[in-house]
Amino acid sequence: MKPPPFDYQLADSVSQALDLYARSEGDALWLAGGHSIVPSLALRLQAPSLLIDISRLPELMGITLTEEGLRIGALATHAQILSDPLVRTHAPLLSEAAAHVAHPAIRNRATFGGNLVLADPASEFPAVVRCLDAVFDIVGPEGARQVGVEDFFLDLFTTALEPGEILRSVLIPPAPASLRCGFDELARRHGDFAMVGAAVWLVVAEGVTTEARICFHSVGPTPMRATLVEEALRGRPLAADEINAAQAVLGNDLDPADDVTLPGATRLHLARVLLGRILHRLAGQTAMETAA
Amino acid sequence: MTQTLQLKINGSDLRLDLDDPRATLLDVLRERLGLTGTKKGCDRGQCGACTVLIDGRRVNACLALALSHDGAQITTIEGLARGEDLHPVQAAFIADDGFQCGFCTPGQIMSAVALIAEAEAGLDPERIREGMSGNLCRCAAYAGITEAVLDATRALALEEERAA
Ligand SMILES: Cc1cc2nc3c(=O)[nH]c(=O)nc-3n(C[C@H](O)[C@H](O)[C@H](O)COP(=O)(O)OP(=O)(O)OC[C@H]3O[C@@H](n4cnc5c(N)ncnc54)[C@H](O)[C@@H]3O)c2cc1C
Ligand code: FES
Ligand code: FES
Repeated sequence: MKPPPFDYQLADSVSQALDLYARSEGDALWLAGGHSIVPSLALRLQAPSLLIDISRLPELMGITLTEEGLRIGALATHAQILSDPLVRTHAPLLSEAAAHVAHPAIRNRATFGGNLVLADPASEFPAVVRCLDAVFDIVGPEGARQVGVEDFFLDLFTTALEPGEILRSVLIPPAPASLRCGFDELARRHGDFAMVGAAVWLVVAEGVTTEARICFHSVGPTPMRATLVEEALRGRPLAADEINAAQAVLGNDLDPADDVTLPGATRLHLARVLLGRILHRLAGQTAMETAA
Repeated sequence: MTQTLQLKINGSDLRLDLDDPRATLLDVLRERLGLTGTKKGCDRGQCGACTVLIDGRRVNACLALALSHDGAQITTIEGLARGEDLHPVQAAFIADDGFQCGFCTPGQIMSAVALIAEAEAGLDPERIREGMSGNLCRCAAYAGITEAVLDATRALALEEERAA
């Protein structure tokens, strides 16, 4: 067996999980789907003395529509995000992106919450929830707290979650009327981590973009908002000239570093291509039906 | 600390004492139970050789911590044949040359069984390839694999029609 030795405990409730964590004196990790933790332990990148299994906590389950928006339990699997009818209707960007996250067998077990907490910069969901202005419902020894997405993703694999805190659920605020949104990515092989991906969220009234949120992944340490592109689109018609202008300013928003897989300039070029592709698609589309 | 694990594997109820919680489901199948049909290729989720069904859904057994699946129903390649008769997906892999060395084949077949049950790909070869994308084949028998999934999809639909 390759991982360093650890103990295992299944938690039946959030309070029991927090209790187990307190008794471990900070030397424990939560186990959800295990699809990142199991290989990372085998590679000895981490060495906790205890794994606390939170994969059966009822408080972390379920996808429900509330007055405040769509509440998605941290334990929702990628496969559920892909197929759940509520997600399809109220957060179609998420179901669209889920089709690009890993392969079907992995999607059956890996969890939405685990993916967001891991905060892999190449991950799709963090970029999408930033576009959707999600709110994170977190519980810890001091009680519950809510953190907005703008304060959640702090750095490479780093979030606002403190050690010993659990992500319970994520709230997606209701979609506005006249919303047009789209997700796409470029990967070497379907299901692989993307070279670059983008989520685009626009409110377009009578052909004019009134609100824009655009977020990329795989181009920086966290999901990256392209605020200058958003500004270039806002208040203007969603048409070819404006799309060209938006693509032109993307280089002021993003500055991907060179790495072993791609030069930064190539990544930026691909991001620009992808942005154009999605915007042209949305320009040709009429507003989606919002059930809000 | 020894912990007990209950599993239903290919229809039989099993109780196992695990003295090391580090075991993955793949370790338990291969090393404790001698069910070596499920293969270990990469041991990190990237090849699909270890695909099994957990409660009817395909999962990579190398990424599944065994204790976290207490109470689960597992189907492995050993549990597919119906007595002496091969499962239609197994038969189709032979008929369509869906393999060369055979190392990836148990994983391919389990993944194909699940893909057909998911009913997302139907008879569209492109969607089948996408649905099978988590299962690598170093011999590149992909053309035969896609044919086999197509034929097995038809065979299973026919079986269902006859049963109805
Ligand atoms: C072959 C392969 C391909 C993949 N491809 C992609 C891809 O293309 N795109 C992509 O985005 N991802 C991909 N993944 C990653 C996959 O989505 C991960 O499984 C997921 O990111 C982690 O979810 P999990 O439930 O398995 O988490 P775990 O492995 O159980 O946990 C991950 C981390 O999050 C913590 N954690 C989990 N849940 C909570 C919670 N509720 N509260 C607090 N902390 C928590 C754990 O302590 C751990 O540190 C891939 C994985 C594999 C194996
Ligand atoms: S051995 Fe499990 S995916 Fe390769
Ligand atoms: S048949 Fe040899 S790896 Fe697939």
